[in-house]
Amino acid sequence: MLSIGYNRKLLSYPFIPIVLQGIKVACVRGDRELFKDINFSLGTGGLLQVRGPNGSGKTSLLRMMCGLSLPASGEICWDGVSIGTLNEEYFARTTYIGHLGGVKDDLTVTENLCISSAMAGSEISSDDASKVLNTIGLGGREHLPVKVLSQGQRRRVALARLLVCNTTLWILDEPFVALDVAAVQLLREILERHLQQNGMVVMTTHQEIDINASSITQLQLF
Amino acid sequence: MHHRLLNCNYFDAMFLWIIKRDLLLAVRRRSDVLITLFFFVIVVSLFPLSVGPEMNLLRTMAPGVVWVAALLASMLSLNRMFSSDYQDGTLEQMLISPQSLPLLVLGKTLAHWLVTGLPLVLMAPVLGIQYDLPSDALFVLVISLLIGTPVLSLIGAIGAALTLGLRGGGVLVSLLVLPLYIPILIFGSGAVEANMAGVDFAAHLSLIGAFFFVSLVFAPWVTAWSLRVSLE
Repeated sequence: MLSIGYNRKLLSYPFIPIVLQGIKVACVRGDRELFKDINFSLGTGGLLQVRGPNGSGKTSLLRMMCGLSLPASGEICWDGVSIGTLNEEYFARTTYIGHLGGVKDDLTVTENLCISSAMAGSEISSDDASKVLNTIGLGGREHLPVKVLSQGQRRRVALARLLVCNTTLWILDEPFVALDVAAVQLLREILERHLQQNGMVVMTTHQEIDINASSITQLQLF
Repeated sequence: MHHRLLNCNYFDAMFLWIIKRDLLLAVRRRSDVLITLFFFVIVVSLFPLSVGPEMNLLRTMAPGVVWVAALLASMLSLNRMFSSDYQDGTLEQMLISPQSLPLLVLGKTLAHWLVTGLPLVLMAPVLGIQYDLPSDALFVLVISLLIGTPVLSLIGAIGAALTLGLRGGGVLVSLLVLPLYIPILIFGSGAVEANMAGVDFAAHLSLIGAFFFVSLVFAPWVTAWSLRVSLE
């Protein structure tokens, strides 16, 4: 049901349970305009792939979708309400994994996972953590400090968060970078399962990876 | 109501988590902590060595020297407050965490004080002996540092957040924050001097206490806001 507080703009669109929507979004970096008039709409179970050459503003767009930065003009709405006004309420429903994984070198793999998931709003026990780490292929390395791990393994530590969070919208910046074949396959399965359970995924990738989803939207930046 | 109550407990839990995490990181990187402490010890010890055994002169300058050294030592550690979290992307995650950011910032500031401020407070009486300070003056010195150094961390956090990711941020943060430290310096060393002059020092301490409460209430919000600006 639509309540009175909702943005009226939503009424002109067909009813979709939850939707992430960008309306005429523009991005300015320095005095250069990276993109403008970008429109997108992502419903439950949908995958939005952001494509474009290096420097076209993919990461900037993703950071706007997370609420880390504001669009120069235009608006990004979650369920009809601008994400700038939702703040914590919106953050509780999103998981963002950027280029920098948010993984601390001096902490062990388990400590990293426990602390980052607590920070994201879902505390887990160390038993759960070791189960998840087994799944993601880091079994036996739970108690190593992250600084001794390889690039791909660090990436797995960051991605392990996807298995413990219970958020709806995943925003992933180049999630497949540095992963080996097995890990790419695993991540694909994780994404597909999330989409089947009515999750939403926004991601950028340069690799051709086919993910089965009920709706896939491509967003091309130039 | 029930929901809010739950959230409340939950926020407390996160507050403790972040302190635990920062203390754990400090333990893993002991050298960072020790550098600040050694800096403090060495700077304070240089003065008696250069002035020589002139007890009256040393006693007079002791409060000022200890306080200035504490100020510089806390300045030295400010850069590290957010920079490592900034570099590995953890800070981004904090900004988009459903937790209240000012509370996370407060937790980080408290952890920073426990690691860099508290050791100075504990070390001060030992160093004060070099200046032949009477024991009640040492006591006042410790109390003034105990109330004053948290203010240094709270105000310093604002500077650290504002200069995050800037080139030459270390120098800039000193220029931004040192002027704000001046009142604490005046009343901190003033309290000890007043005690040695046989005057009541409570007013000085009350003023530092007032600075502490004001910065406790406002600094985390300003820091949180500065972090959002710095990371945009």
